Amino acid sequence: MAEPRFRPGDTVRVMKAYPLGHVRTPFYIRGHTGVIERICGSFPNPEELAQMRDGLPAQPLYRVRFMQKGVWPDYRGNPADVLEIEIYQHWLEPA
Amino acid sequence: MKDQGKYQALTYFQLMEVSLRELLMEKGLVTEEQLANAVEDMRRRTPERGARVVAHAWTHPQYKTRLLENGTKACEELGLDVPALKLVVVENTAQVHNVIVCTLCSCYPRMLLGIPPDWYKSRNYRSRMVREPRAVLAEFGLKIPAKTRIRVHDSTADMRYMVLPMRPAGTRGWSEERLAALVTRDSMIGVALAKEPRNK
Amino acid sequence: MIERGHHDMGGLPAGKVKPTEHDYAEWERRVDALSVLMGAKGVTVDERRRHIEALPPEAYDKMSYYERWIVGLTQALIQRGIVTTAELARKMAQVGRRG
Repeated sequence: MAEPRFRPGDTVRVMKAYPLGHVRTPFYIRGHTGVIERICGSFPNPEELAQMRDGLPAQPLYRVRFMQKGVWPDYRGNPADVLEIEIYQHWLEPA
Repeated sequence: MKDQGKYQALTYFQLMEVSLRELLMEKGLVTEEQLANAVEDMRRRTPERGARVVAHAWTHPQYKTRLLENGTKACEELGLDVPALKLVVVENTAQVHNVIVCTLCSCYPRMLLGIPPDWYKSRNYRSRMVREPRAVLAEFGLKIPAKTRIRVHDSTADMRYMVLPMRPAGTRGWSEERLAALVTRDSMIGVALAKEPRNK
Repeated sequence: MIERGHHDMGGLPAGKVKPTEHDYAEWERRVDALSVLMGAKGVTVDERRRHIEALPPEAYDKMSYYERWIVGLTQALIQRGIVTTAELARKMAQVGRRG
């Protein structure tokens, strides 16, 4: 089981990558910067499970918080509005 | 296991379901009883289960703390069977409103609340809730004040989410049962508030 | 053209949300139940999702939720060899004749 690389409060950037296969990191968030809200635990990698492999070793999964106004150029709402998404560690880089 | 009512030709997809089911039964992978039990299991998972959790949290502050810390354990504490559910409960306050979406498919805390409504799985909801939550909530008739912060949760991986709505005013001293009746499925998704007590 | 899956729709423009609901038909409930039962036998939701995501965009949009699910489940079972295409063809023809 991989050791968590990030802790709550860390600033991270989502990789700007567009690989083939089954991916659970939404298109709209790739390349964006957010803050780790919590570590959810470690789970088998869904990208691998989808290919009938076991997805092990389990990978750390984080909830990452993004400012809406940072994600959408035309966002109209409270500037403090946020978007919180679960992202697997291998999609995150320190920012 | 026949559908009741007037005879209608099976659609291609219904034909596929019948065929797959029969093949799996012929191969001994699924029995009629297992299937009937599984259907029944899902039928009895209804939003009332979540409403119980909410009402208990409203009346027991320490339970609420535990619920926000570990949603699954807290459900099990109340005797609710939630197999494989990894539940995160997010709390609405006067300052913060939470709403849940799954942009990639339709992830939902099914083992607690049952099957999600059509609109939750629709293109329009899945596309727009992450980008313009206030506009979409307004379409549901819910106007969130500008000064209230909105947290949208996109359920992308293994966790499932339930909103803990705010307890309506004018309910002091109410029993958990009475409180639970105010908690709608939509308030636990975040597109509505809990119901107000009716004015007498 | 393919960097973004058709299912990966967060943030795309779309219309008003119609708050439709429907009472799920028995066949839809059975699809749900079969998916859960086969999940207990190791057919993961991830495989089923991958097959749904592979649907042509027009099919994805036109099919109902459980229509996508029965296809996702069936494709996953075929890939695993739990059922074969030939078995499915024979059975569908047989059921089709029977009604």
